[in-house]
Amino acid sequence: MLADKDRIFTNLYGFGDWGLEGARERGAWDNTKAFLDKGKDWIIAEMKASGLRGRGGAGFPTGLKWSFMPKADPARPSYLVVNADESEPGTCKDREIMRNDPHLLIEGCLVACFAMEAHACYIYIRGEYILERERLEAAVAQAYEAGLIGKDNVHGWPFDCYVHHGAGAYICGEETALLESLEGKKGMPRLKPPFPANMGLYGSPTTVNNVESIAVAPTILRRGAAWFAGFGAKNNTGTKVFCISGHVNKPCNVEDAMSIPFRELIDTHCGGIRGGWDNLLAVIPGGSSVPLVPAHEIIDAPMDFDTLRNLKSGLGTAAVIVMDKSTDIVRAIARISYFYKHESCGQCTPCREGTGWMWRVISRMAEGRAHKREIDMLLEVTTQVEGHTICALGDAAAWPIQGLIRHFRPEIEKRIDAYSHKASHEPVEAYGVAAE
Amino acid sequence: MSVRRLAEVQPASFEFTPDNRAWADKQIQKYPLGRQASAIIPLLWQAQKQNGYWLPKPAIEKVAEQLGMPFIRALEIATFYTMFNLEPVGKFYIQMCGTTPCMLQGSDSIKTVLERRVGPPHKVTADGLFSWIEVECLGACCNAPMVQINDDYYEDLTSENFEKLLNDLAAGRREVKTGSQIGRVTSEPVGGLTTLTELWGKDGRSGPGRLPKAEAEPDHAAAADEKAYQDAQPGAEAPLHTQMSQSQKQRTGRPESSVAGTGTRTERPVEGEGKKADDAAQASTPPSKHTP
Repeated sequence: MLADKDRIFTNLYGFGDWGLEGARERGAWDNTKAFLDKGKDWIIAEMKASGLRGRGGAGFPTGLKWSFMPKADPARPSYLVVNADESEPGTCKDREIMRNDPHLLIEGCLVACFAMEAHACYIYIRGEYILERERLEAAVAQAYEAGLIGKDNVHGWPFDCYVHHGAGAYICGEETALLESLEGKKGMPRLKPPFPANMGLYGSPTTVNNVESIAVAPTILRRGAAWFAGFGAKNNTGTKVFCISGHVNKPCNVEDAMSIPFRELIDTHCGGIRGGWDNLLAVIPGGSSVPLVPAHEIIDAPMDFDTLRNLKSGLGTAAVIVMDKSTDIVRAIARISYFYKHESCGQCTPCREGTGWMWRVISRMAEGRAHKREIDMLLEVTTQVEGHTICALGDAAAWPIQGLIRHFRPEIEKRIDAYSHKASHEPVEAYGVAAE
Repeated sequence: MSVRRLAEVQPASFEFTPDNRAWADKQIQKYPLGRQASAIIPLLWQAQKQNGYWLPKPAIEKVAEQLGMPFIRALEIATFYTMFNLEPVGKFYIQMCGTTPCMLQGSDSIKTVLERRVGPPHKVTADGLFSWIEVECLGACCNAPMVQINDDYYEDLTSENFEKLLNDLAAGRREVKTGSQIGRVTSEPVGGLTTLTELWGKDGRSGPGRLPKAEAEPDHAAAADEKAYQDAQPGAEAPLHTQMSQSQKQRTGRPESSVAGTGTRTERPVEGEGKKADDAAQASTPPSKHTP
């Protein structure tokens, strides 16, 4: 287990003062100028050496992303946009960072902007996080007042930080949809290329980073890339905030080293699985978008990007949703399907029509009101949605269903049998495909 | 995607209050010259708050005009983003999270309470107090199940404490605790910390001297919470949250500073209050408590 001295978010639970004074006591804003003085190349090199991979789900190396930004051009000012539109089901880590340790995030914004020669940063927070937004705005005001940020600040790099909010659209967590939304349009993802590093916010070079990726940056620079790279397995370094929800005895957010085995994570921090380890059915290890992993595969797996990818799932945002044997697994996945149906922006036909179709079919399967051949048909349709849309929402809608069919096909078949035996007076044939 | 239409009965006109007008002008300043359209979501949101939590057509027109946008562009935004209520809602507008993490932790029982107590979704009760809808993940999954009522999150619900919460709101009780209903501060594990104990101690307040002990508040709501908290964690000694906000006040010298999720809120901020909140934010006073 990670030692307390190696944790970055020392006020993760809000026991201390979130304000500037408290943050400074815990080490934020300490000697920021010293590493700005070492220059942007040093910062980017250090971020690359730390092995930090983006914490928003895709796991793209953050240092590399920063290095893609072109040289500053006065006609097209660069922007940093922080993605605080935390809406992935199961994920609630950025919320704790923004309400309890907001200064780490603001300091990270300054450092990242400096490294990318940007002078302005927008933090796009989801609309529902109203108190978190007020808190963050208050922290930004404190930083301005203390001269830490602003046009003329003690760090000698003119920098403005603005808090912007959305209004309840999951799709705005996709980086180009977020930029559209920030420009005052519907949050519909853009085609890539051009990538945001060339044509982002207002047509200018833009980098979009997750809150956690930005908030860990100052501490990495203060303590050195080697320190951060010392945790976790190769290519999966650092510390990570895990959000463990569902059927554990004590659901919580917790920061621990990457690659911590699943069993250790749950036993140490969450008081074990509800009803003991034999009662574990399956785990969704990275937010609703990744396929579930059955108990026997995950129990001793290290929680990191590469291991979980090899289990045909993913670390995503490290939102661990635990399901014990009392779970109606088909209904749980059907509810996720409903989520994607609700959140599809409607831009691409396969996703707009497909998410609704998949939800209707899988809801029937949850009742058992289906034919067995429809399982294969459903699987076939998921592959027609996956990879045929502008953004990854289509993929994200398809994967949970594929994971379900891969691991729990007998369960679906059992239900279909049970339904047809029970309902002999009600001809099953009356329900055509997608009857609703 | 969902089909969303404007309400059939619309007010004749909409005008921002002077406070909100000034606030809106300040919002527009955040964006580069000529990019004022960026401010549309914050402006529509403020209009919605001013208008009793729903967005009428004249407000959309007003905002479009103010930002120099065609009406259809603003209407697109209002219908695309689901937090904009296009029809009137109850005084306490309840958004119940029903997505899988909450579902696993029993949001069905919360829904049952709502159906029994408030009625079908999207319908305002006869007394105008409540209306509810089921929404998608609100991002408080470690504190599931949860609801958002107006601006505030209410977490760690059970059908009992949720029913009590609704009764308290209906009775207009002054102090209704937001955040966790079983006395958690935020999303720490129930029954004692497993990390950061060197800093805060296992119970979050006996660590190396950041949080001096404070006397408990003689509030019977707190006493009830204390019981709930102790039921939830047999090893605990005292209600963490009340002491926490007390000691916070003492330590920081900022009387309004309370721990997130343990504030109290009685009424939805009314007309112009958003402006006050913003001012409060500017003065670095965390507005987790709105005092009318």
